[in-house]
Amino acid sequence: MTLTSQPFMVNMGPQHPSTHGVLRLRLVLDGETIVEAEPILGYLHSSKEKLFETHTYLQCVPVTDRMDYLASMTSNLAVSLAIEKLAGIEVPERASYIRVIMSEFQRLASHCFAQGTLINDMGAWHTPLIYFIKEREQILDMFEMVCGARLTYNYIRPGGVSQDLPPEFFGAALRFLEEFPKRLREYRDLLWDNEIIRVRATNVGVLPRELAVSSGVSGPTLRGSGVQWDLRKQDPYCLYERFEFGVPVGERGDVWDRFAVRFQEMWESLRILEQALEGLPAGRWKTDVPIVIRPPGGEVYAQVESPRGMLGFYIVSDGGASPWRMHVRAPSFINLTPLREMLIGHKVADAVVIIGSTDIVMGEVDR
Amino acid sequence: MTVALSGEDLGEAIRRAFPSAVDAVAPDAVFVAPQTVRDVCLWLRDEQGFDYLLSVTAVDYLDYFDVVYHLLSLERNQSTIIKTRLQGRTSLRVPSVTPVWKTADFQERETWDLMGIQFEGHPNLKRIMMWEGFPGHPLRKDFLEFDHRTFAMQAGAGQGSQA
Repeated sequence: MTLTSQPFMVNMGPQHPSTHGVLRLRLVLDGETIVEAEPILGYLHSSKEKLFETHTYLQCVPVTDRMDYLASMTSNLAVSLAIEKLAGIEVPERASYIRVIMSEFQRLASHCFAQGTLINDMGAWHTPLIYFIKEREQILDMFEMVCGARLTYNYIRPGGVSQDLPPEFFGAALRFLEEFPKRLREYRDLLWDNEIIRVRATNVGVLPRELAVSSGVSGPTLRGSGVQWDLRKQDPYCLYERFEFGVPVGERGDVWDRFAVRFQEMWESLRILEQALEGLPAGRWKTDVPIVIRPPGGEVYAQVESPRGMLGFYIVSDGGASPWRMHVRAPSFINLTPLREMLIGHKVADAVVIIGSTDIVMGEVDR
Repeated sequence: MTVALSGEDLGEAIRRAFPSAVDAVAPDAVFVAPQTVRDVCLWLRDEQGFDYLLSVTAVDYLDYFDVVYHLLSLERNQSTIIKTRLQGRTSLRVPSVTPVWKTADFQERETWDLMGIQFEGHPNLKRIMMWEGFPGHPLRKDFLEFDHRTFAMQAGAGQGSQA
């Protein structure tokens, strides 16, 4: 007797514990195998690009906090760099070092969360997740010391940073840099050769190099596919050219490569942090800018290497107090472009892991 | 350091390959005729090494719309900008560059959804942010009044139980 079956359509999301936010996937399944996948977005769309047009430039900065809410520092940095470029605002050296320190702590915190949730998605029920979140908590405590907030910082602003680093920050940061590498090594020993992670991640969700480049993918997702491209090296901003660090690159472009690249990036971030804290110059932490910045008419595009990829801001100014147009080049949104090709042929359980490995944040996807 | 290819240099190169495509040259960008966009972009990718489309988006300038393409060459670490100007506010059409760079898929859908620019030849030009059936293109400058009432109240206007 032959069993007949037919493909059926299943909605994954928008409410789902493993879609990393309100991502909806319309999957067509043949048994457990995905034969068609369509991402449906917009569930977190809150017209931020429209909001930018009725806000002053300084008011735009906290709006960017809420796009990539797991990497608010780099979002603030990207928009600040763009506004500074547009308005010709210079940033003191100390402010740039502080920005680098905050960006790299942010990268660590974001990667901790991404790795933790990815391994959670693979079925390691919460233990590694809680370990990583415990580390991330220490970083969030430091951010709270610095700007008062744990998630949406509005700390990096056009001209520099909103306030200088408080004295208690340095003790906490140096203690963190002492302790965290030891624990990261522990987690590496725990996870790196774990058979389940290896089996669930190797050759799963392969993103070939040509598809990655054509799809405009960036960040660890692009580097996992073997493309050596990191804005901190290729187009350094914020004095990154002064720091020595490596850029890890994968080979196959599978989930394992993206996981490994993020892991390695955490080590490199620690290197940058040590150098930046050691070399932190004295001086002002910001240039005075008017509350209502009126840049000259014109346009600018500036981008940073956020934990998720190249985050860019395209600003068109008409000389007024608000941008005429502010478009966000959102890496999470664009990194979803090849998702369908990455999913087809895999099982539903792999879909969860593949989405986790792309490390998207829906606030940035939908804006 | 990513070097920006100036509008002048890019304009000259495009003119040699496509004599009638260049509409105007700005310091940092080249305006090409709308219908030539796909051919120029294909040439830029294959002959000039711009293998990476950073972003495609549109800007509403009231009398006309500009579609802006930020390009990147990973190999040469060079960036440049292509623009095209669509006059008026209705029937805005430009060839899609999804055959050239796959990344245009979602980004052109977003530009259609929010700005109302139709990308001819796009494989799936549906709304991406707003829900299907949403009226209008919300990022346009004239999209200011949005009926905030619930759909039920909009549909049954005049039948409500209270004023």
